[in-house]
Amino acid sequence: MPSDNLVEFHDLTFRYGDGPVILDRISLRLPRGKVTVIIGASGGGKTTILRLIGGQNKSRPGQVLFDGQDVGSLDRDGIYAMRRRMGMLFQFGALFTDQSVFDNVAFPLREHTGLSEAMIRDIVLMKLHAVGLRGARDLMPSELSGGMIRRVALARAIALDPELIMYDEPFSGLDPISLGTAARLIRQLNDTLGLTTLMVSHELEATFNLADHIIVLANGKVAQEGTPAEIQASPDPLIQQYVSASPDGPVRFHYPGPSVADDFGLGRKESA
Amino acid sequence: MKWLHPAEVGYTVRQMLANMGLGARLFVRLAFGTFSSFKRFGLIRDQIHFLGNYSLAIIAISGLFVGFVFGLQGYYTLQRYGSAEALGLLVTLSLVRELGPVVTALLFAGRAGTSLTAEIGLMKAGEQISVMEMMAVDPIDRILAPRFWAGVIVMPLLAAVFSAMGIIGGWVVGVLMIGVDGGSFWSQIQGGVDVWADVGNGIIKTVVFGFAVTFIALLQGFEAHPTPEGVSRATTRTVVMSSLTVLGLDFILTAMMFTI
Repeated sequence: MPSDNLVEFHDLTFRYGDGPVILDRISLRLPRGKVTVIIGASGGGKTTILRLIGGQNKSRPGQVLFDGQDVGSLDRDGIYAMRRRMGMLFQFGALFTDQSVFDNVAFPLREHTGLSEAMIRDIVLMKLHAVGLRGARDLMPSELSGGMIRRVALARAIALDPELIMYDEPFSGLDPISLGTAARLIRQLNDTLGLTTLMVSHELEATFNLADHIIVLANGKVAQEGTPAEIQASPDPLIQQYVSASPDGPVRFHYPGPSVADDFGLGRKESA
Repeated sequence: MKWLHPAEVGYTVRQMLANMGLGARLFVRLAFGTFSSFKRFGLIRDQIHFLGNYSLAIIAISGLFVGFVFGLQGYYTLQRYGSAEALGLLVTLSLVRELGPVVTALLFAGRAGTSLTAEIGLMKAGEQISVMEMMAVDPIDRILAPRFWAGVIVMPLLAAVFSAMGIIGGWVVGVLMIGVDGGSFWSQIQGGVDVWADVGNGIIKTVVFGFAVTFIALLQGFEAHPTPEGVSRATTRTVVMSSLTVLGLDFILTAMMFTI
């Protein structure tokens, strides 16, 4: 019987090469059919979590389980088979710039299915219709706005009807109308297609309206997780700093360095 | 003298060995593990069009001008010895055995190699390579292999065009402008050029250069730092490394061909 969680992290630690620890013995879960959002400071390992789930990075010690399978123990064929069950929307869409909107969405279908071109055409138009861009099928990526690029990328990500879809900061740089459209689409696709959604986002208002489950990541650890209401009501100063978007608090505004007095020679001036 | 510190030297050597290992693995994978690319020949055909057609003008014009110069220089030297009628043979042998393959490879590195490196590097910077991996599509099979085999196929064809245009250039200058006998010009070529020893060796060179230049261009693009500066440096490295590799390989191949 499948677990209630599509993805689970167990005591996972990760660092790039010999660099500092990015994720420090974290455990988290993505409930099936829910929209989970990870928030936290930039450079805090949020995108790394997406890469770990997709098998682009492997970690030891610790485990990432996708539908019960240990991602770290899969070989190349196993990783590719698993990736066919997930879609990912990169921060800036990452459309193939030499292909039209239609060909971008058709790409995974042509690569992974033996469907006829007539069938592929119908599926592509259905996916584009779902994101409101059926009429833009013949445009090239250079002719699209930032919001349209992400919608095309979203259509491409759902082309193979994945079980899990991951969004890396889908709202960054979008105007309010495009942001609202994107948020509605993410919710609609999750509910109508029965997906499990994982999203990394800094847009708190949209996140609190959209998410079923929020994970706050800080200093490489899971600071708190829960429903939007639970996160907003948390008394933890760190969580409150995120919720109120305060520039200073447990997460410092200034990057660590020499003191102001040392840098500007204030001590020397006084002694002179 | 920080770079003389043993740890720095060790780190640099380790990085170089790691890069060589990566390059060797990629070359073996491309040269021996991507024959399945030919099942989707359309991808290779598109790249042959891109690399070949768009390089055709510069190759043809360069070949013509090299032929002009050879016609002039060759006549100047040969007429001293009363052998001006051998001008056609001199031009043809020089082009088919040596200049055709080498200059074509150098021009190909500058025209097509740089465009391959920049294209792959910018795809990497734009996360197109990553997105392909996340779609369970191997970028080596889908992106690199068709370009690699297209480069290998196109290079001998471009070298043939270069040599043909060069011979025409030599004929224009020698026969039409200077007045060397046209019959001698062509009959010397017909009698003096051996298909296997001369043309065959030239073809072998172009195939080897095709492997080398296309691989270097793809490797530099694939390993480029995904930044504007990284892509720019990778493009420069493609031209420098390809040129030196072509000239070095040319010496080795020529020595082997004279020895064997």
